[in-house]
Amino acid sequence: MLEIRLYLAQRISAAIMAPLVLMHLGLMIYAIQGGLDASEILGRTRGSLFWGVTYGLFVIAVSVHAAIGLRNILREWLQFRGLMLASLGWLCFGGLLFAGLRAVAAVVGTP
Amino acid sequence: MPTSDSSTITVSVWRGSAAGGKLQDFEVPQQPSQTILDVVTWIQRKLDTSLSYRFACRVGMCGSCAMMVNGIPRWTCRTHVNKVMQNRHITLEPLRNLPVIKDLACDMSEFFEKWKRAQGHFTGSASRNEKVADISPQSNKRQAANAAIECINCGVCYASCDVVAWNRDYLGPAALNRAWSLQNDVRDSAQQKRLQAVAGDAGCHLCHSQQGCATYCPNELNPTASIAGLKRMTASDFLRRKYRQRHA
Repeated sequence: MLEIRLYLAQRISAAIMAPLVLMHLGLMIYAIQGGLDASEILGRTRGSLFWGVTYGLFVIAVSVHAAIGLRNILREWLQFRGLMLASLGWLCFGGLLFAGLRAVAAVVGTP
Repeated sequence: MPTSDSSTITVSVWRGSAAGGKLQDFEVPQQPSQTILDVVTWIQRKLDTSLSYRFACRVGMCGSCAMMVNGIPRWTCRTHVNKVMQNRHITLEPLRNLPVIKDLACDMSEFFEKWKRAQGHFTGSASRNEKVADISPQSNKRQAANAAIECINCGVCYASCDVVAWNRDYLGPAALNRAWSLQNDVRDSAQQKRLQAVAGDAGCHLCHSQQGCATYCPNELNPTASIAGLKRMTASDFLRRKYRQRHA
């Protein structure tokens, strides 16, 4: 039943990502059009629970979604199976989650 | 090396066995309304009687004559030469993704074995003494079953599937399409068992919806859509069972 779980996880994470990707693209266009520099952007995001939760959720969804996709590539193209496949899949998930949450912490955390 | 003129076509035919092989060229006279199967039969009857290939009905019903024609899987009895010929040349090879027995004949055992693994047989629940099931042809379930039912087991979808090429355990589009047809047959009594069979590690969730099967199916079926239906069906069944376990 692992495949069903992965299928559901990838669909649910995609459903979460879809509006967040559009929001993120819109936000970038808005920030550039408005001429905001890095310090002005950080001034708006630092200490913000809203941006922390929004981008934290985005990072979790991306980590789940991309790790499952990379696991498929590892299995089909490199013929990894069993423990090796599971370990590399979890490693992809952990790596993406760590890097993503670190970036979120840098944007919303107060120095 | 044979040379072709305006009335002949050069046909490169894969010759060999499971151990390996190579293409051999033949010159075949072109005829009106000639099919690829006509060409292969002409070679076997007139040029080289040792050429092995498989066919039966010659009219697109039995599904036994499929081969790779210029790299594309096709039913050869219904494929006209003038529609696929490129510069008066045709290349014929055994179906992709299946072991070769000899020349153009491949071993279909794994293909049919996967059909069985996917529980691709009808399991009735009524005896002959009971009334014939009253099923509306307009019902959603019957229409879904009918849309997938005209498979002739030719193996074209199986040969076109990259997921089969990458993962030899994958059940493949034909077996899963058959399973979807039976899952929509309200007379069938093995639906839970079949859902378990197609939801495993080699089942429907491996499909990437690349649609090679739907592109090349000679009967214009859409196994990708059938597999998508199985994905939804297995996922909702999984969630339903989890919910019941929690609230039992």
